[in-house]
Amino acid sequence: MKEIGTPGIQVGRELNLKGKICPYTFIESMLALEEMESGEVLRVIVDYPPAVCDVPRSLKNEGYEILEVTPVNETDWAIFVKNKEVE
Amino acid sequence: MKFSEEQILRYSRQMILPRFGGKGQTKLIEAKVFIMGAGGLGSPAALYLAAAGVGTIGLADFDRVELHNLQRQILHRTPDVGLLKVESGKKTLESLNPEVKVQIYSERITSANIREIIKDYHLVLDGSDNFPTRFLVNDACYFEKKTLISGAILRFDGQLSTFKPHAGGPCYRCLFPQPPPPGTVPSCQEAGVLGAVAGVIGILQANEALKEILGIGESMAGRFLLFNALSLIFQEVKILKNPSCPLCGENASIRTLIDYSQSCQPQACTHLVDKAYYHLKGHKKASHRQRNIQQP
Repeated sequence: MKEIGTPGIQVGRELNLKGKICPYTFIESMLALEEMESGEVLRVIVDYPPAVCDVPRSLKNEGYEILEVTPVNETDWAIFVKNKEVE
Repeated sequence: MKFSEEQILRYSRQMILPRFGGKGQTKLIEAKVFIMGAGGLGSPAALYLAAAGVGTIGLADFDRVELHNLQRQILHRTPDVGLLKVESGKKTLESLNPEVKVQIYSERITSANIREIIKDYHLVLDGSDNFPTRFLVNDACYFEKKTLISGAILRFDGQLSTFKPHAGGPCYRCLFPQPPPPGTVPSCQEAGVLGAVAGVIGILQANEALKEILGIGESMAGRFLLFNALSLIFQEVKILKNPSCPLCGENASIRTLIDYSQSCQPQACTHLVDKAYYHLKGHKKASHRQRNIQQP
């Protein structure tokens, strides 16, 4: 299987949000990150074009680090997000 | 907390707010808010808290719905005339958000039952329409260490504040030590009230409740809001803890709850309002804004 994104990014969890639209793509990404460990990486798969920009922007505003945004195929994109420090 | 698809859909517009997310929604779902009065103030307050997903709402009112209520008490509808307000209110709230647990209290709230009722709630909203209840709620919240968000309206005016004496701030009696004698202050029945004024203040009570639950924004504790619908001017004055307060002051005389009767005979409130303003930090003696505003 073709590796998605920069080799070496250790993905802790993948979230498939194909078929979902904004703002649910952002909300579900955020809810997933809230359940993850500090510094853990979430890979989000979206196929809704506005989400490719909206999700990274919204997550960044919430203090998450966007590692990479990369196309997977003709319709899908992968967003790699690093979780912030969990209190 | 795991959210269902429906919850995410329902609460999406607030979950995307900055620093709200699932954690904020969880706080709301786990919160319990008690609302005294299902009338002019309680109606909009309850509606917005239910809409936001506050998990448990306690609604207390022993009155029945009457036609003249419907001018402002938006929890109730024309077919509800004759029903207990809390039953009508529960029906409306559950229709808006079936996830909210609405606990109703149709019995008269007195010194005998109020502490037991409010002790399991996180917050209390006062939307009562009479002074005895207003003072009872304040005193009970003091003894139970509950945050009280108090609203009041009359004619075209409204007031709002948050009282947290357990956190070092003033209580309602720091401002108004005693109820006014009957006849010195008219009720909405006698003086009238613009329905939208109830909406403004009730919704602000809900706003403050949400802020307290979420721990966001600046609390209205220590701040007293005055609103006039005709000028649409909001004024705010600082209020301080009164060292002579009969309830939370240094030599407090009130040690138990009091059931004031509607025909009680304390001294008139007007000069007490004057005194209250002397406690206001940096505030010159109020001129035209000294009003005894209480009943929704």
